[in-house]
Formats: sequence, C-alpha cells, structure tokens
Amino acid sequence: GIFVTSGRSMVASSRSYADFTPEKVDLHRLEEGPPLTATLTREEGLKYYRTMQTIRRMELKADQLYKQKIIRGFCHLYDGQEACAVGIEGGITLSDHLITAYRAHGYTLTRGGTVREIMAELTGRRGGIAKGKGGSMHMYTKNFYGGNGIVGAQVPLGAGVALACKYLGNDQLCVSLYGDGAANQGQIFETYNMSSLWKLPIIFICENNQYGMGTSVERSSASTEYYKRGDYIPGLRVDGMDVLCVREATKFAADHCRSGKGPILMELQTYRYHGHSMSDPGVSYRTREEIQEVRSKSDPISMLKDRMLSNNMASIEELKEIDIAVRKEIEDAAQFATTDPEPPLDDLCSHIFANDQPFEVRAATPWTKLTSTS
Amino acid sequence: LNENHFLSCLVEFSKTSPAAVQVNVRDALNQAMDEELERDEKVFLLGEEVAQYDGAYKVSRGLWKKYGDKRIIDTPITEMGFAGIAVGAAFAGLRPICEFMTWNFSMQAIDQVINSAAKTYYMSAGAQPVPIVFRGPNGSSAGVAAQHSQCFAAWYGHCPGLKVVSPWNSEDARGLLKAAIRDNNPVVFLENELMYGVPFDLSEEVMHKDFVLPIGKAKVERQGTHITLVSHSRCVGFCLDAAAVLAKEGVECEVVNLRTIRPLDVETIEASVMKTGHLVTVEGGWPQYGVGAEICARIMEGPAFNYLDAPAVRVTGVDIPMPYAKILEDHSVPQIKDIIFTVKKVLNM
Repeated sequence: GIFVTSGRSMVASSRSYADFTPEKVDLHRLEEGPPLTATLTREEGLKYYRTMQTIRRMELKADQLYKQKIIRGFCHLYDGQEACAVGIEGGITLSDHLITAYRAHGYTLTRGGTVREIMAELTGRRGGIAKGKGGSMHMYTKNFYGGNGIVGAQVPLGAGVALACKYLGNDQLCVSLYGDGAANQGQIFETYNMSSLWKLPIIFICENNQYGMGTSVERSSASTEYYKRGDYIPGLRVDGMDVLCVREATKFAADHCRSGKGPILMELQTYRYHGHSMSDPGVSYRTREEIQEVRSKSDPISMLKDRMLSNNMASIEELKEIDIAVRKEIEDAAQFATTDPEPPLDDLCSHIFANDQPFEVRAATPWTKLTSTS
Repeated sequence: LNENHFLSCLVEFSKTSPAAVQVNVRDALNQAMDEELERDEKVFLLGEEVAQYDGAYKVSRGLWKKYGDKRIIDTPITEMGFAGIAVGAAFAGLRPICEFMTWNFSMQAIDQVINSAAKTYYMSAGAQPVPIVFRGPNGSSAGVAAQHSQCFAAWYGHCPGLKVVSPWNSEDARGLLKAAIRDNNPVVFLENELMYGVPFDLSEEVMHKDFVLPIGKAKVERQGTHITLVSHSRCVGFCLDAAAVLAKEGVECEVVNLRTIRPLDVETIEASVMKTGHLVTVEGGWPQYGVGAEICARIMEGPAFNYLDAPAVRVTGVDIPMPYAKILEDHSVPQIKDIIFTVKKVLNM
C-alpha cells in the first residue's frame, strides 16, 4: 500500500529526489541497456519500502504459522527476494500481465492481493484469495495467473497471455517468471522459439536465487549465464537485490516489448533466506555463513533503507512507523487467517466448470450425492 | 469389397432423408470451425500444419486462406510449448482451438492439458475459466503402428475439470465441435482419422449455423429390445453393422452412441439396460481401466443392475501395442464378428 507521512520528525534538509547509480548491467545482444542512473522519489521509496517490508513480515509470519502446523503442505517463502517482485511491478502497470511459479506470495501481493486473503489462503480458510481451494501455490488476481506448481509450465502459459495481448492489440505485455532450476526446462526453449517467431510482447525473467531446491546452479546448468540462454533473444542481467536496478531493467524491457521488438530476457541475481520450502532447513547444500553474508551485505530492504536515510529522503522514525504499521497489518491478517472458518463442505465440488448448470459429482461411495455448481 | 465395407454402405443408404445434404466428417469439422471462427473473433486455431498445409488431414482446409495468419497459426513441432501457449491465451480471454496432429502427441503436452487447463478453474475457486478446445484424431488408424495408434478416451476421461467428447458421424462432429468451441471450459475432442472421409446425410436443421449438440448426452442410434450395445466413435458404426446382421436372426440390438466420454450419460445407458436386460460395451481402446470398464462399474452400482439377466461384457481393442502388418492390425481391433459373437454369448445363443 502507499504510505502517507504526516510529516513528523523530518530532517530539515530532506530532498525529494535522489540520483543513484545502479551496479553494472550485463548485456546480451543489446547495444545499450537500461540507464545507468535512476531517480527515486520519496513517495516511490516509501512505497517500495513498505511493500517489501510487508512481503518480508508476511513470509516470516507464514514461517511461524507453518511451524505451529496452522499452515500445511507446501510453503515456499520469498524472503530475500522482495526487490524482484516490487521492482518488477515498478516497471509495469496493473494492466500488464504476470505469471510466476510456486514462490508466489510476494507477487500475489504486488498484483493486488491483500495480506489477509493471502494468509487465509495459506491457512485454508473460506476468506482465502482462492476460497481455500488453491493453497500456497495457486493464488490468482486480475492479470495475475498464479502461482503454478509444475516447474516451467508457467512459461508457455505466459507466452499465451502475451499472444492474447498482441491478438487483442491492447499494448499490454506479459511478464513470465521462472527460477534457475526451471531455466533448463525444454518447454522454456520451445517458448523462446515461438515468442521470437511471433514477436510476442513477453518479458522472460529468470529469478536466479542460486539454488534449484538443493541443487546449486553450478550443479544443474552447463551454462549459468541465464540471461544468455535465450540465444537469439536479447538479454540483460542485473542485481535482483536492488529494487531500483530491477525497476529500471523492467522499464527498459517493457519499452522493448511495447515497441514491437518481441521478447526480451532478464536475469535477476537474488537470494532466498529460507530453504526451498518449509520442509527444507536450507543448510545441507549451502552454508549458514553464506546466508548470513547475504543478509548483512545485500539485504534488499536494508539497502533501500540506507539509501533513503543517507539521502535524507526519510527519517528513521518515519520508517519505524511504517514497520509498526506493517507489523500490525500482518498481525491482523494472521488473526483473520487463524480464526476465519474453513470452507463449507458445500464448496467441495464447486468450480469444476464455468457457466454450467449444477451437476452431480461422484463421492467416495456411490450412495452419497454431491453437487457441483459453477 | 469386403463384408465390412458392404455392410457400411447398407447402413449409410438407409439413412437418406429429405432435404439432406451429404457431408463427410472432415467437412463437418471444417464447416463447424469455419462458422465458429466467423461468429466470434476470439476463436482461433493453432497447431502443426493447420494453416499453409491445410491441415495434416485436411480438416482445416481453406481456413488460413480465409482468415489469415492471425487466426490460423502454424506452430513448430513443440507440443508442450504450444499447448501451454494455447492455455495461456485462454486464460487471457481468447478462445483457442489447439490441434494435436494426433492425440498420441498430446502426451508431450499432457501436463498443460491436465494441470494447466483442467484444474485451474477449481484451484482458482472460479476466478479463472479456461475456454479451450483440444482436438485431433484419436485411436487406431491404418498401418501407422504402435506409437501412432493409441486411444486416449480413458486417460482424459479420468480427469475432473475436462469435458471429453468422441463424435462418431458428421452430425456428431458438427454439433459437438460447435458446442465445444462455445463451451467456456476445456474440452478434449477426440476425432477418428478413418471416419474423416465417411459421408453422412445431414438435414437442414443440422446444417443451421447455430446447430449444437449437448455435451454429456448420449444418443440411441438404433432402437432394440434384446440387448444394449454402448459404444463411441468409429465402433458405433461397427455396432450398427453387427445389429443389422443380428436382426436377420431375430435379435434386436439397441445401439447407444455415447457422443461424450466425460461427463458420461449414465441415465441413457441405464434406461436402455433396464429395457433390454443385457449390456455389451464396444470400444477401440485397451480393456484395462477403460471406457467399458467404467460403464460396467456404474451399471453395477446403479438401478439397472437389477435388470441385468447376464453379466455386462466389454468388447475392446486387444491388450497389445498396435502391430504393423495388416493381418495383425486387423486382429488387434474389435471387428464386427467379435461384436456378434459377444452378443450371442451374452444372450446365451
């Protein structure tokens, strides 16, 4: 959400704008990349800060609830990668489209979902964003197509959405995300081919967090230069821990698509603090020292906070107020998520078919009659 | 001419009705797609060779000339990719017809059909409908051997979230394809290559541009009193041929054309079995865990069981990969004599 400051405790000489120089950008088949300077306004900074902090706190709360066995099944947490989701959204609009894999809670939020309905979906309640029918990996909002459980499958789906954008002539594009683990999937290369042939308005984004489950990139990929794997597709690689880098790269990529040039590929170098999922402690295939080092040197939220403070774009108290507000939002959401009732049994068979008359569904035994409604 | 061909001609000839036009199954499918492409701009066709080649089996002949590159799209030979693209296009509001050159190749893309298409409306609690048709020839052909001859009715018929349709004649093909394209849900449309060239008479009513058949309703093709034959696709024709032969011996078969595999029209089958007291299912696919197995199980569990005077029996493809040599292939699929033999066994003749 957008945070409105009351103006309290501001440093006297605060500036509204600041120029930052992003880290280097690696280019593939591109003469030039995104601009080397980015402008961050105070409002943008506060918005990005709040959204990233919300994702962070939401994921940590999910961790807690999972350990209390209130969330069950698969739970793939996004803490560490917040700058990717927030930066990408900063480079596109809500009329554009986005699809990702199963590490999707952050995107569900940036794409318009609320913390309440996300958490209630994790706890499997009727107030969940998918009414408890989907769970962690299957959350949807307008122009956000999940949340997809099968590694790699979301990429051709995203190209299909892009095809629809081109077909309908609406100047929209589709961002199609996948991880370093998925990057070797055959169907992704099939999608590179068709997207290029047909000049689809698609931005392929590889969130390279260094590990596909327990397999490091060196052990899974003959080439770890994921931004080059599109071969004939132009690519760029940027620091995925820096929300401004991500935003500028996304803006650049979006311009490329909207000018009719076809697909483009972005690799975001990022990191996840948690293991692959809640059942993975995340330390059998990497060291605690490595995790700690990333936390202390490259945390996306700290990086933005330091920038804003050192450029007098916000005060410590202001940011603390945001933290408190976020904490409260998460607590309220968790409260809802743990007290909202589970879906009614009537809902068991609903939503099989759209726009259909109700029909009978076979239950576990032939004598029980269940009904499906659209 | 062999006996089967002669009998087929007899059956066709007896169907002529006034104000009828002869249309083969291929043309029925072609016309159905043409009309639906014209009716709704969001409908488009993609698949291998559907455009400039006019379709590997010529089912999409003339469509590219008429509608152009935007709406008739030739894809590379990458089923998993283009099936996923088709489903994604459906997510975003288009109405794709995704052709598999044969359903055998759908195995490369089956994850997109099941996990991306079939399950999404449910997982999203109704937020994301998937209005897509997957179509192509299914089952055995002639001399195409094991990898190109499998029937997928049971595989796709197993899955909630899919509608699975298996037309027999031109009326079925036309009405069911139009219904499938207009349906807002994923439909698996199983055609049959050997039926493409077979002509049938179609009435004026059937030729109307808004003629649709209901998905999920079987049709009684032939009334009978002694035994019920339930079948789908090409085997319906064999059942009718067998019925013609059996009629000469005083056995009147009721032939039920399923038209839809999923949802299965159990009521029509039950009503027939309650009338005749005997049931034989006939399919081209393999026996284990097949369409016939499902029908028999449902009849056992329902009111029709008490009307059975003999156990229900299945006639199926032979439980082997399809061989190549003609004599072997002929003995791998249900023949008319197998149906006649089974009927007589069930009736204790």
